[in-house]
Amino acid sequence: MQNSKIDHKIHNKTGEAVQFSTEVLEKVKKIIARYPAGKEKSALLPLLHIAQEELGGHLSVDVMDYVASLLNIQPIEVYEVATFYSQYYLDKVGKYVIEVCHTGPCAICGGEDIADYLEKKLNIKTGETTSDGVFTLRRVECLGACGYAPVMQVNTEFYEFLTQEKIDLAINDLRARANEEKPKDSKWVEKFS
Amino acid sequence: MGRKILLNKVHIPGISTCKVYRDNGGYASVEKALKTMTPADVIEEVKKSGLRGRGGAGFPTGMKWSFLDTRSNNPRYLVCNADESEPGTFKDRYILDKIPHLLVEGLIVSSFALGVHTTFVYVRGEFKQQIGILNKAIREAYEQGLLGKNILGTTYSLDIYVHSGAGAYICGEETALLESLEGKRGNPRLKPPFPALKGLYDCPTVVNNVETLAAVVPIINMGGDVYAKIGVGRSTGTKLISACGNINNPGVYEIEMGITVEEFLNSQEYCGGVKGGKKLKALIPGGSSVPILPAYLVTETLAKTPRLMSYESLSEGGFESGSMLGSGGFIVYDEDACIVRNTYNFERFYHHESCGQCSPCREGTGWLEKVLHRLENGNGRTRDIDILDTIAKKIEGNTICPLGDAAAWPVSSAVKHFRNEFEFHVAHPEIVKNINHGSLEKYINAKVLA
Repeated sequence: MQNSKIDHKIHNKTGEAVQFSTEVLEKVKKIIARYPAGKEKSALLPLLHIAQEELGGHLSVDVMDYVASLLNIQPIEVYEVATFYSQYYLDKVGKYVIEVCHTGPCAICGGEDIADYLEKKLNIKTGETTSDGVFTLRRVECLGACGYAPVMQVNTEFYEFLTQEKIDLAINDLRARANEEKPKDSKWVEKFS
Repeated sequence: MGRKILLNKVHIPGISTCKVYRDNGGYASVEKALKTMTPADVIEEVKKSGLRGRGGAGFPTGMKWSFLDTRSNNPRYLVCNADESEPGTFKDRYILDKIPHLLVEGLIVSSFALGVHTTFVYVRGEFKQQIGILNKAIREAYEQGLLGKNILGTTYSLDIYVHSGAGAYICGEETALLESLEGKRGNPRLKPPFPALKGLYDCPTVVNNVETLAAVVPIINMGGDVYAKIGVGRSTGTKLISACGNINNPGVYEIEMGITVEEFLNSQEYCGGVKGGKKLKALIPGGSSVPILPAYLVTETLAKTPRLMSYESLSEGGFESGSMLGSGGFIVYDEDACIVRNTYNFERFYHHESCGQCSPCREGTGWLEKVLHRLENGNGRTRDIDILDTIAKKIEGNTICPLGDAAAWPVSSAVKHFRNEFEFHVAHPEIVKNINHGSLEKYINAKVLA
């Protein structure tokens, strides 16, 4: 069954000051300028992606309020969007978010076994983060890569035709990379501009 | 070899760059349309071609374009739907990955035809790699004077922007996509008014799938009449089919519409047959939302005519014994697949993806998931099977958008065609509890049907 436990505390506000760097702010302004005058709210989804990546890996209330102020909209307009889309994380996540597809085509090719194996390997349940803060494991619905099943997505990178051996290699590789300051695949600048 | 007009250049090294693409005849349709044709001419060619929407609904593209409100003083928009999220479908991803300039070319010609000066491409958030590839292609097109002000020295100007979604199946529905593009939750709008009158920012808007817009390129190059001769009947042209599941060669294939399902499934050029030499059990020809077909209805219709890969042939027999071409997500199940488990899996998906606006869908998908979970885990009761059918019928047609129908059809068809498997789950809870990943067919054949 779907995990129906809601454990994010959207009402928690720490009052911590959050802000994009000047360089990021320039990019953000360019993105907002794509949309017609008065329709700046359109930039909300791209901005939340950037905020999530730049400001701590998940969307805290402080971050969402900051995005609202950039677009000159009410904070509730940001909350309702952030809670609707599955790619926005409202709780703290690990450096690498492993998302295993478990929808139909992946499932018949062994996607569920892959997720079970990862649970065992990382010693966490789906939805949890490892104690060292490196990995979060999620089971997600269709990633649109059914021909390469079973698949998982780690941050922006896809891993296809998964087997237990491939997962072992991938996890080792990611663990080694985790000590670098920022994940290598963090290139939103290219991806959103 | 089947005829290829969309993917014929895909295997040329470096085709994702503007230079190689142009050296191989790319952007010829832009030259032709902008310099020798009027927008009305382009629309006329698309109408003549008989092109139908490739996103799933199969609505004639030329007709959709002609509904666009041209009397309005508001700006018009073209929005490309690249929110490909139907389970089993990954053809648009393939275009973006391999030959992004084909989409850019199609966007320029289509925007010109519609008198649009700002076009958005809404790509699903998971396709971050593809967003990068597309953005690079668009940048190159700007550098080459194919986008921006006065394209190729003509008076026509166009800007294309890529907009990223954030993980919501429902945003593939065109009005939900527009809501999402406006920075809101993806709740579909009531129609009418249709987007052609009131779409993005309440302005006249056309929303088309990636493959549809890509198909405009060969239509303009070869002419609508010539394009209409490819294919069979009202299913003109070629179609990209994304094949997956228990087959030897999963992948994206371009087919001329009208080849037989049997050829597509078994020939080495395409799927290469069921994996591991197993027998075919069932097939979903058009993405998870369309009815499932049992093996005996895959190669032949009930009337014993060969089943073809076309809009008409796949839906022959209605929902009693047919299915739909849909988005071309071709999912194959071998003899070991458990239909109850698979149906449960899909309903979990629809429950998760329901936007929650309409009660029949919001509640109904949850009930379906719950009942199917019960059956799959050996806690089912005989009346559960009829309950499934009842819930499905009460969702169907009672919601704002087609997600409700999409959730109901797989259940109705699975119960209709594989009722014995559902009954087996009720009768043998101890077996289904222990065997979770299929293989039930063997038990059914041995113990129930024998």
